[in-house]
Amino acid sequence: MERRLAVVAQGLALARISLTNFKENNMAENIWEHPVAMAIPKEGYFKLEQGRYGPVYPQTPACYGFSVVGKVKPGREQAIRDYGKNIEDAVKGAPDVLAPLKLHYLRWVLFDVGSGLHFMYQGIFDTDFDKYLEDAIALFIETGITTVFTNLEGWPEDWKTNIPAVVKFFREHQFPSFLEYGEYPYVSADEIKKALKVKAALSNMLDQMQ
Amino acid sequence: MDNLETNDLQHFLLARTPALAARYEFLTFREVAAGRAWLSGLIDKVGTASSVGAHSPDARWVTLAFTWNGLRALGLDDDSLATFPDEFKQGMAARAEILGITGANHPDHWLGNLASPQLHAIAILFARDVPERERCRTEHARYLDQIDGVDVLSSLDLEAIPPFTYPHEHFGYRDRLSHPLIEGVDPGAICGWEKPTKAGEFFIGYIDESGYIPVAPQPDILSRNGSYIAYLRMEEHVGVFRDFLRRNGNSIEEQELVAAKLMGRWRSGAPLTLCPDKDNPELAADSKRTNDFNYGKMDPYGYGCPVGSHMRRMNPRDTAESMERHKMIRRGGTYGPALPEGVPDDGIERGIAAFVGCASLVRQFEFAMAVWTNDPNFKGLGNERDPFVGTQDGTFDYTIPKRPIKKKIKGLPAFTTIRGGAYFFLPGIRALRYLASGPQTRTSLQNEGELQWHN
Repeated sequence: MERRLAVVAQGLALARISLTNFKENNMAENIWEHPVAMAIPKEGYFKLEQGRYGPVYPQTPACYGFSVVGKVKPGREQAIRDYGKNIEDAVKGAPDVLAPLKLHYLRWVLFDVGSGLHFMYQGIFDTDFDKYLEDAIALFIETGITTVFTNLEGWPEDWKTNIPAVVKFFREHQFPSFLEYGEYPYVSADEIKKALKVKAALSNMLDQMQ
Repeated sequence: MDNLETNDLQHFLLARTPALAARYEFLTFREVAAGRAWLSGLIDKVGTASSVGAHSPDARWVTLAFTWNGLRALGLDDDSLATFPDEFKQGMAARAEILGITGANHPDHWLGNLASPQLHAIAILFARDVPERERCRTEHARYLDQIDGVDVLSSLDLEAIPPFTYPHEHFGYRDRLSHPLIEGVDPGAICGWEKPTKAGEFFIGYIDESGYIPVAPQPDILSRNGSYIAYLRMEEHVGVFRDFLRRNGNSIEEQELVAAKLMGRWRSGAPLTLCPDKDNPELAADSKRTNDFNYGKMDPYGYGCPVGSHMRRMNPRDTAESMERHKMIRRGGTYGPALPEGVPDDGIERGIAAFVGCASLVRQFEFAMAVWTNDPNFKGLGNERDPFVGTQDGTFDYTIPKRPIKKKIKGLPAFTTIRGGAYFFLPGIRALRYLASGPQTRTSLQNEGELQWHN
């Protein structure tokens, strides 16, 4: 009986340490506990901070993200739609294939509201857009996602040998949000997964105590 | 696999001269003709990858590189100037804030006129020892007097510090242990798990890790076999560092461990991932073993080598995305007199002058500086920068992972201060001849070059 209590106590102590680490890593005490909405100026940032390729967009309650919008070249709609299945299969085959992008969510949309067919790539992720853009591009090239972009007007013809031109395309076709909301503000996907793992482990430990 | 043109590549990033001393002369060209004349007279002294090392160690070699302003000051035409990358055109000083080089490291406090738009070139004079370096200095000064139109903006004297058994810097860490393996080059060291990197990651005109030859400045004759080198003059506050070790370790062993935890290697050079509890100088010196480790499989939580340590930040190995696109070649040495152990800091400037060589400053050097070095949230650490190269102002922390609870040092002091920096283009030999000639000769050189490559 004493030993069981000791194990439970150790488990709770470790859980407390984990929670402390979690809180420390999430900047302010309990910042994730209440939803937060944030209105953002037209430029996409509060204070101009230069990154290597242009202004840095701040972290928001919805972490980081971008909305890249481009006009679809005539006749290319199906090629873009087909790519949805490609990504589905790629992730099924190798679930970690998009891990470097540190994504929470991806939404790919095709729409025509009167000025021709457009494609929007919206992503919510945990990495700074300016900081890790080349790594993201390298991943796009590796997984073939760049094939989708080749169907958009303005995409550089020499994209294979001209990374700066590709960076320029993404920055020029990127539109910042003016409002973002997070139910569990600023929390990274890694932290969410950690918390779920800790919960599962505790739950398992309590079962063992029966 | 491309064969490297070793007789056209400058030696600087490929081979080390047997030199224990050097002098960096930072130059300005007052007139185009004078700049070209100065360059013409030096080209035969420029070391190439094939000539350096092959000759007697008494041969003296020179390395020459230019800022974007320097290329213009040599009369390079606007069309060609426009084809160079944006970050190189702007120069390091203009991009200091982007890189996180702020506060005490900011160009406003730099020495030697390195932030000046008049900085046009660097001439590195290598020498076997200090007396020879002094002879080189006198000779170059005489040469500049003759030319009349090229001035020295500033200079820096470098020399190895004792003990001379292995290269090390003022904090006492062994250096020059890591060098990327380059495809097509015979490597001196063998890295266990690492595969060779494509030459195009360091030299222009070759296939890089994207599988293609990236777009390059024009004309080809100017950029082929060239590289970019980012220069940093970093003062090392030895007194501050030694005080920190004493404050954070009760015994010599504890202090050595703290020193190791900051760097990722013991001061002997032994990597913490392979030697987490005890130093192993023999392993450090063994080129086959000193780099034969990874992090993702062998040390994922950083219990051996902390995640935020200098070595792990500058080369996260298998825990980085597209690591093959983030390799760089480092060169440089120490300046200033050694501060013997036990002697209080005398306030004399001492430190390291370092060069980082790559084919794309923005993608390789600037990424490492802005993200790996100075992003406080690197790998989710929250409030930490590189302990040695990061801009430290006493408000950043340093985490040493430990079971069961990590150790967090709050308010890491600044062990270094950046005193200067610049971006240089390091041309091939043919490119140097091209730059040294007038427009008519340039056209014929260009045509010759094109014939050569298409045959």
